[in-house]
Amino acid sequence: MKQIGRSIFYGILIILAALQLLPLVWLLFFSLKNNQEVFNTPLFSLPSPPRWENYVKVWVEGDIGRYFFNSVWITTVSVLFTVLLASFATFAITRMNWKLKHIVLGLFMVGLMIPVHSTLIPLFSFFMKVKLIDHPLSIILTNIGFNLPITIMVLLGFYQSLPRELEESAVMDGCSVHRMFFRIILPMTTPVMVTTTIINMIYNWNEFVFVNTFISSDEFKTLTVGIQNFIGQYTTDWGAIGATLMISVLPILLVFFFLSDKIVEGITAGAIKG
Amino acid sequence: MSFLSNTKGVDSMNKMMSDKRVITLYILPSLLLIMILVYIPIVMTGYYSLMKWDGIGSMKFIALDNYQELIKDTMFWKSVYHSFLLAVFSVISLAGYLIISLVLSGKIKGANLLRKIYLIPMLLSSVAIAQLWLRIYHPSNGMLNHFLMFLGMEDPPNWLADPSIALYAIFVPIIWQYAGFYILIYYAALKNIPSSIIEAAIIDGANPWQLAYKIKLPLIAGVIKVTIVLAVVGSLKYFDLIYVMTGGGPNGASEVIASYMYQKAFRSFNFGYGSTIAFALLLLCVIATWVIRKFTHSDEEIQY
Repeated sequence: MKQIGRSIFYGILIILAALQLLPLVWLLFFSLKNNQEVFNTPLFSLPSPPRWENYVKVWVEGDIGRYFFNSVWITTVSVLFTVLLASFATFAITRMNWKLKHIVLGLFMVGLMIPVHSTLIPLFSFFMKVKLIDHPLSIILTNIGFNLPITIMVLLGFYQSLPRELEESAVMDGCSVHRMFFRIILPMTTPVMVTTTIINMIYNWNEFVFVNTFISSDEFKTLTVGIQNFIGQYTTDWGAIGATLMISVLPILLVFFFLSDKIVEGITAGAIKG
Repeated sequence: MSFLSNTKGVDSMNKMMSDKRVITLYILPSLLLIMILVYIPIVMTGYYSLMKWDGIGSMKFIALDNYQELIKDTMFWKSVYHSFLLAVFSVISLAGYLIISLVLSGKIKGANLLRKIYLIPMLLSSVAIAQLWLRIYHPSNGMLNHFLMFLGMEDPPNWLADPSIALYAIFVPIIWQYAGFYILIYYAALKNIPSSIIEAAIIDGANPWQLAYKIKLPLIAGVIKVTIVLAVVGSLKYFDLIYVMTGGGPNGASEVIASYMYQKAFRSFNFGYGSTIAFALLLLCVIATWVIRKFTHSDEEIQY
């Protein structure tokens, strides 16, 4: 009896895993087929021969290469600044003594709950005024601002667990605060910095609303918004659409494949403390 | 605080760590960014909501006219209803995730791999997910109807074009996207329960159901509360898939608050009214958070 119940539960777990994966497997398959094959062969038939030319075509014809490059550098700059600024802030909040620190921490924590759309119109008109509409800086700034709260939250627990003796001995040795931070504290937080870097990378890579609203020229569009426009032109070519989507999700899937433990850790830490 | 070192060292450290200039230097960049990009815009949204404004020309103060219009706007209330419907579906699905996590956190082989597989959709961009599901729901060549026709269904529905089912059709990929996230959270919380408590209960003769219902669930009540808030607020402000897949259509059948706000502001260039919707959205999220916290509040936090 117990054995049967166990198998049923196991079955449910595996069916769920299949449901999560099958759409992506199907995507991979149709990205390697032409329309004729998509329409006339069974859903999960292997593409034979695999039509890699779909990938070549969208990379060359559509501006996928440029969108890809934009996503890479905008994500990199945003992540670097977010993690660095959040480390500064978390250090000041957890290790230094000042009266308003709980209020400031509260501001960051409440920031997690604020709907992006409630800030969108003033941000649009603000960037318009300072001539940052259709400028990558508007995206980098909003990426940093809106990811600071979650980043600080993940860093917080780690900083709180660092022993006080660290600072005491540093002070006795005549260290300045900056030296202490850069030479002792920051290197010690490497594991949690890696975690926050990865989750920030995923969030920034996937960012959609801000790019869609603030960026209008193809020159600065990132992959998420770029593929949206590109697919609009190719509504009937399934292979091209599939290849475009695969190119956009592949970097994230690769990161996940190699660093899934860190991702799991970051997402859990970010959510549970909320 | 350690008392191992001499008081002089602690004194000089306290002095150094209270240096106002250093504190300002460390906290100010982040604080400025969050003020300029999050808090000031919220106040400005409230201010713009009292204006008639197309986003380019001059503003005209019209006091609460926008709010009076909002109250009479049936499309707005329809979008509110749809957002709340999504919240209800999301909260109900939490129960499912909880059961799955209970099973998963038992001694299951491959649990670690499974929970990672569940998480994959959450890591993909909303546009990619939306475009993929547009293909899945494609009336003639999509994965779903292909499958239904294979099963012998002659005239499978046109999922996203039919106003009576479009909204529910979009709920599916939204729930698909976030399932792994909640399972991950519950799994981590359940794994955090000290095994001594579980062992003690088993020695006392608790069966698996009692163990789950009487011991495990109460111990992770705090985490469940957090996920309810996340699911409700996340649903109320939901935008991405709906915007890409249907744009709120057909004929408003899948419009939610955020997509309606976006359409009013950035398609009809009615920035004043768009701000009114945006401010209402903020209020709804704040109220929902407060109500859930209040409703699920318990005087005694469980200690273990």
